[in-house]
Amino acid sequence: MTLSGPVAAAHRTAGCHPQVGERAWGTAGFAPLSEAEFRSSLRCATAAGGWNVDGMIEVRELTKRYGRTVAVDRLSCTVEPGKVTGFLGPNGAGKTTTMNIALGLHRPTSGEVLIGGRRYGDLRQPMRHVGALLDAGAVHPARSAHHHLRWLALSNGIGYRRVTETLEMVGLAGVARKKVGGFSLGMRQRLGVAAALLGDPGVLMFDEPVNGLDPDGIRWIRELMRSLAAEGRTVLLSSHVMSELEQTADRLVIVGRGRLIADTTVRELADRFGRLEDAYVSLTSQAVEYPAGREGIA
Amino acid sequence: MSGVLRAELLKIYSVRFTAWTLSLAAILAIGVSYLMGLNLRHNIADRSAEQLTRFDSLFAAFYSLTLAQLPLVVFGVLVVGSEISTGTIRAALAATPQRGTFYVGKVLAVALPVACLAIVTVPVAFTVAQLALGPHGMTLGDDGVLGAMAGSWIYLTLIVLFAAGFAMITGASTRAIGIMLPVFFLGSQGLGNVPYVREVAQYLPDQAGMVIMHVAGPQDDPAFAHSYGPWVGLGIVALWTTVALVGGWLVLRRRDV
Repeated sequence: MTLSGPVAAAHRTAGCHPQVGERAWGTAGFAPLSEAEFRSSLRCATAAGGWNVDGMIEVRELTKRYGRTVAVDRLSCTVEPGKVTGFLGPNGAGKTTTMNIALGLHRPTSGEVLIGGRRYGDLRQPMRHVGALLDAGAVHPARSAHHHLRWLALSNGIGYRRVTETLEMVGLAGVARKKVGGFSLGMRQRLGVAAALLGDPGVLMFDEPVNGLDPDGIRWIRELMRSLAAEGRTVLLSSHVMSELEQTADRLVIVGRGRLIADTTVRELADRFGRLEDAYVSLTSQAVEYPAGREGIA
Repeated sequence: MSGVLRAELLKIYSVRFTAWTLSLAAILAIGVSYLMGLNLRHNIADRSAEQLTRFDSLFAAFYSLTLAQLPLVVFGVLVVGSEISTGTIRAALAATPQRGTFYVGKVLAVALPVACLAIVTVPVAFTVAQLALGPHGMTLGDDGVLGAMAGSWIYLTLIVLFAAGFAMITGASTRAIGIMLPVFFLGSQGLGNVPYVREVAQYLPDQAGMVIMHVAGPQDDPAFAHSYGPWVGLGIVALWTTVALVGGWLVLRRRDV
């Protein structure tokens, strides 16, 4: 993905590794960054002041009750920039609720989520700081993809050029003027990713981003997130699919029934448990809401 | 704020159907006005000119607005309601977490197109009715005409805002809106004149608005008289609208979208 003008320029001034500054999306032979390139990119991002690299997401003793159901139970964790953090847990573990609260859409019962030390509700033009893919369905079916991004951009003072840029990035430039109602789930997910990237934010949150994507799309999202993290941004993604997070995430925050179960790196989990799927099943076995029965399976 | 307002206006413009409801309102207002004028002229020809009362002429001119208000109310409900039902409000509140700013932008984006449309449509409807009435028509300078036009313009804007506030309060519930439309708006088709119903129904917003538009029946006739004058009637509508808008705000402030 290409960095936007001022940030790319700042990278070049700071004498950064040339490949960090520009990565065109969709080109074949995308190569992951080496350790040296990665460290260099973090230093560059800080020096360039490109984003608020202090873009840590802090969840502090977050609790959310809906009536008598406790969706999130005194959850505390920190999501740091420069790496992909996976938010993992069974259905109903509180992942989506936590993200909803982080974006000010739901009110917490107690506790808070801070992004870069501030509440989301205090941010002016928040899309320039935080981009989120929450649900592909949050679009009006009679509106075109172009107009959807355009009104989002207008509300946050983001320029017209950015709308066409993000559409190209996600590969929807050809259908930009078509109504979203005709889009497949995969296309809607891509539109959601474009919306998240509109403001070129330093913090990104993706809720179940691989829903509805074919294997090609899954690989595309994975590489996108890794490159975003390599640029020094904070990337949080939630999923209940362990195998996917295994390949994408650096750190894992595992939750179950609204509570924190583990906050560790992928490597540590692998060392402790061997296969990561075993790790996941073993850690969350008590936390599955409606476990599938085993009778009848030979 | 201007960014939010521009975004809200683009949202309305970019969905074709909502724009059509506005056009439909204008067509109904002007078309039915013309037809009413023609109809009245034809009827008068059978009677003497003295039997034409001031009420009849104004009625012909403004009755069409009681019909035109229906697509306008649908417009107000759709702009707010479809945002909630499609989940677009989640994207909107994530983009503008300051809910007060968002709400003001939404309300303005509903009010401005309607106010601009009505300020043109009301005089045109009046003029077209007078053309149809021919020799029996009134002119702008006639008693009560300017007041009726100004009042109608204000009424139409208020009633759409009422509908938008109502949609926000009910969270775009189809059931609630399906009940609201007949209760609040079909009274203008005559139900509001049923003797015992009228005691209470005259305080409903559309009934109150009809007095300023001079379509509620001749006010010196006890069968039709409302217990208040035209501008008080408009005040009653303004009260309904204020309650609906404030209620909508209170609901939006706390809602977990």
